[in-house]
Amino acid sequence: METIQTDVAIIGAGGAGLRAAIAVGETDPKLRIALISKVYPMRSHTCAAEGGAAGVIKPDDSLENHFNDTVGGGDWLCDQDAVDYLVQEAPRELIQLEHWGCPWSREPNGSVAVRPFGGMIKQRTWFAADKSGFHILHTLFQTSLKFPSIQRFDEYYVTDLIVDDGRCQGLTAIEMRSGQMRQFQARAVIIAGGGAGRMFPFTTNGAIKTGDGMALAYRAGVALKDMEFVQYHPTGLPNTGTLLTEACRGEGGILLNKNGRRFLQDYGMGPETPVGKPQLKTMELGPRDRVSQAFWHEQKKGNMLPTQWGDCMLLDMRHLGEKAINERLPLVRDVTTSYLGVDPVTDPVPVRPVVHYMMGGIDTNIRAATPLAGLFAAGECACVSINGANRLGSNSLTEILVFGRRAGLSAAEYVRSGARPGNDAALAAKATAAQARIRARFEKTGGKESVAALRKEMMTTMERNAGIYRSGDGLSEACVKLGELRHRYAEVELTDKTNVYNTDLLQALELGSMLDCAEAVAASALARKESRGAHQRLDFVERDDKSFLRHSLAYYHPTDPPRVEYRDVVITKSQPGVRDYSGDHQ
Amino acid sequence: MSERLVEVEVLRYNPETDSEPHFQRYSVSCEEEWVVLDALNHVKETIDPTLSYRWSCHMAVCGSCGMMINGEPKLACKAFLRNYEGVIRVEPLAHFPIERDLVTVIDDFVSKLARVKPYLIPKEDKPLSAGEYRQTPAQLKKYKQYTLCINCMLCYSACPEYGLIPKYIGPAALSLAHRYNADSRDGGREERAQEVAATEGVWDCSFVGACSEVCPEHVDPASAIQQEKIANMVDWYKEHLMPGGAK
Ligand SMILES: Cc1cc2nc3c(=O)[nH]c(=O)nc-3n(C[C@H](O)[C@H](O)[C@H](O)COP(=O)(O)OP(=O)(O)OC[C@H]3O[C@@H](n4cnc5c(N)ncnc54)[C@H](O)[C@@H]3O)c2cc1C
Ligand code: SF4
Ligand code: FES
Repeated sequence: METIQTDVAIIGAGGAGLRAAIAVGETDPKLRIALISKVYPMRSHTCAAEGGAAGVIKPDDSLENHFNDTVGGGDWLCDQDAVDYLVQEAPRELIQLEHWGCPWSREPNGSVAVRPFGGMIKQRTWFAADKSGFHILHTLFQTSLKFPSIQRFDEYYVTDLIVDDGRCQGLTAIEMRSGQMRQFQARAVIIAGGGAGRMFPFTTNGAIKTGDGMALAYRAGVALKDMEFVQYHPTGLPNTGTLLTEACRGEGGILLNKNGRRFLQDYGMGPETPVGKPQLKTMELGPRDRVSQAFWHEQKKGNMLPTQWGDCMLLDMRHLGEKAINERLPLVRDVTTSYLGVDPVTDPVPVRPVVHYMMGGIDTNIRAATPLAGLFAAGECACVSINGANRLGSNSLTEILVFGRRAGLSAAEYVRSGARPGNDAALAAKATAAQARIRARFEKTGGKESVAALRKEMMTTMERNAGIYRSGDGLSEACVKLGELRHRYAEVELTDKTNVYNTDLLQALELGSMLDCAEAVAASALARKESRGAHQRLDFVERDDKSFLRHSLAYYHPTDPPRVEYRDVVITKSQPGVRDYSGDHQ
Repeated sequence: MSERLVEVEVLRYNPETDSEPHFQRYSVSCEEEWVVLDALNHVKETIDPTLSYRWSCHMAVCGSCGMMINGEPKLACKAFLRNYEGVIRVEPLAHFPIERDLVTVIDDFVSKLARVKPYLIPKEDKPLSAGEYRQTPAQLKKYKQYTLCINCMLCYSACPEYGLIPKYIGPAALSLAHRYNADSRDGGREERAQEVAATEGVWDCSFVGACSEVCPEHVDPASAIQQEKIANMVDWYKEHLMPGGAK
């Protein structure tokens, strides 16, 4: 097997991976960086982010505000030292991006403009029209081209981490063009593999968000933290799941039930505010978990609009007018008119909650380090945790920058502190074992299962049992079912047994990742007998700080269900309190 | 939900097993609102798992799914079935080598993009602590449209020059060079000129304008190239005709 020697191997070239690569490159140009991604960097799903990135910049705002919004928004499950670091570093990172050319939207005087976002008490979301993630990703990608030390391996699919002598020392990857396996021998590895929304059938996540990065760490013995917290975004296009950014409401869009009532006022997010004059942190600018949960209740009451794609609420933006919609929400207008045939300038748009973001992920600390020496992680695949039980919109783009950089700095520091050289023979043996495992999957005959069928069963299970509201019975059922699917997965036989760009094989491997992640979600959700943020149990409706002001940690087992343990949340200054979205704080 | 039986004819080519490309036809039961990508996904899931193509976002922003649809370069995720009658023919993007089926090799673009230095080369250095560079909405507007390129390669597929002269840097890379040249914060035009103002740069463009017609993001590469031609001409005159040169 061909072996590539590098100092820092980075898995994933989305926002977090690129930011990490640049940080390593800037820190020490002599360090060799291998930036490995299963898609070309600009295809990474960061490109789909619309609304913007939060960072305190205006004089009426403060770091303390951003901290409080984030911790309260996360229902006090965030680690407060990590949130402190995030809000402190955020403005610097966003300015850095500006210095690299990001076309942020501007005020008339030339300073950057900010917009309101859900759960935030001040306007602090930097945006580039409604293609913020796209511009962040392309700015980072294009900037990365300046660094000769960043060597890219585009369209390489990482299959395994190589762990020896108690530390992560590399990985194996399939070069998709040839189908050949490569060994990367690295002194440090950073995982920046993104989210896992594709476990669910209805999601804003692109096809590539299959939780590979999480599964890589998980199988190597690192816990997946807080996996039960899955964010539903309230406003997805009902047929395709395409996101309509929260900025629709930030700009003044309102949510109606089928009777034309702004129903959020009935769920602790009122009183009603004047139409077209959005007030921060209340009504339509409440946090995502609460808004999606309100939808669920209204649906139960029969107050939602039945459509061919299921029950919907209406997102009404007509009062914003054509000019504002074109200037601030051009992508939204394009998406709704072309994919749904509804023009927001003239008609309210039917929308329904859609799986959007994983708050949980690879257990990392404030230095973006995992408990496994030599292994770092950042971005959506990691859980620091700054998102707690519910991420606030526009904190994630900031997170991929702040902790992407942090992971790069930590990895560089680790490498330069002089890790012992690895045992080449032992590493090669592990790579060969990984290759043998993939080969067995590739060559398997007589299998009775197909990738498409198992994937469908997994998605149905997740949607039915691990959605906005959950119950012990449903989750137990999911755990059993997922265990069974994982078992049956061994029986998958590929149809495509050729080497070049074999997506049948890749989809099988991706399904393996998703099944592992799904099991961690279901097991952690079953074990958390309380309701907090995005995790709502019909059988345990209250938040229980006595028992569960703790992170869940799911540990992998090759045949059995995961083992779930707990670790206390880091609290520095904000004691758990009531989440108030009544507008009274104004 | 009204369904419709759609015939899709897809170019297949597997370098390991096929001596040359051939077409394969699939009958797909489609929903009215579907795009061509949905039809391909349906084929992959229910008929033929060996079919290979790229896609991710399904919202015309990741740039993965460019292909020829009835002979025109299109994003499969934005090519609505309702706009097509009869058999829909799907082929890999023209002017690129085929890696497999609808997957093309885009190494050429990727290396050309790096050559035009598509990153900010600041006019004046400013520490982060001094905050953002000021840029008015009007200054932003001068280059904003050229930032919208999703690198989908439709314009290279449509460009007759690129088909003839593979060395031509091409519409998207030139637009991105122009995007930085036109940015009020940038001072790197001279550095980029080496590539942009060379023969294989803007001067290879014969202004057919096909790139702008097919661009799904309305980047209008043709106008970027035209503006670069004019700017470079002015530079040339400044250097050669003005007493003492421009600098
Ligand atoms: C539609 C949408 C809109 C959003 N809007 C906002 C917003 O307005 N504000 C906000 O803050 N957040 C938003 N988010 C969330 C945010 O965009 C993401 O959380 C963030 O971009 C994730 O970045 P990342 O770098 O972690 O992962 P990604 O950008 O997803 O990148 C993952 C990378 O990992 C690589 N990879 C994965 N598996 C493998 C493997 N096996 N081998 C090799 N490479 C691999 C991929 O190729 C890719 O390069 C939005 C999310 C979505 C889906
Ligand atoms: S200029 Fe337009 S057509 Fe060409 S690559 Fe960019 S987005 Fe695609
Ligand atoms: S799938 Fe992303 S552009 Fe078509």
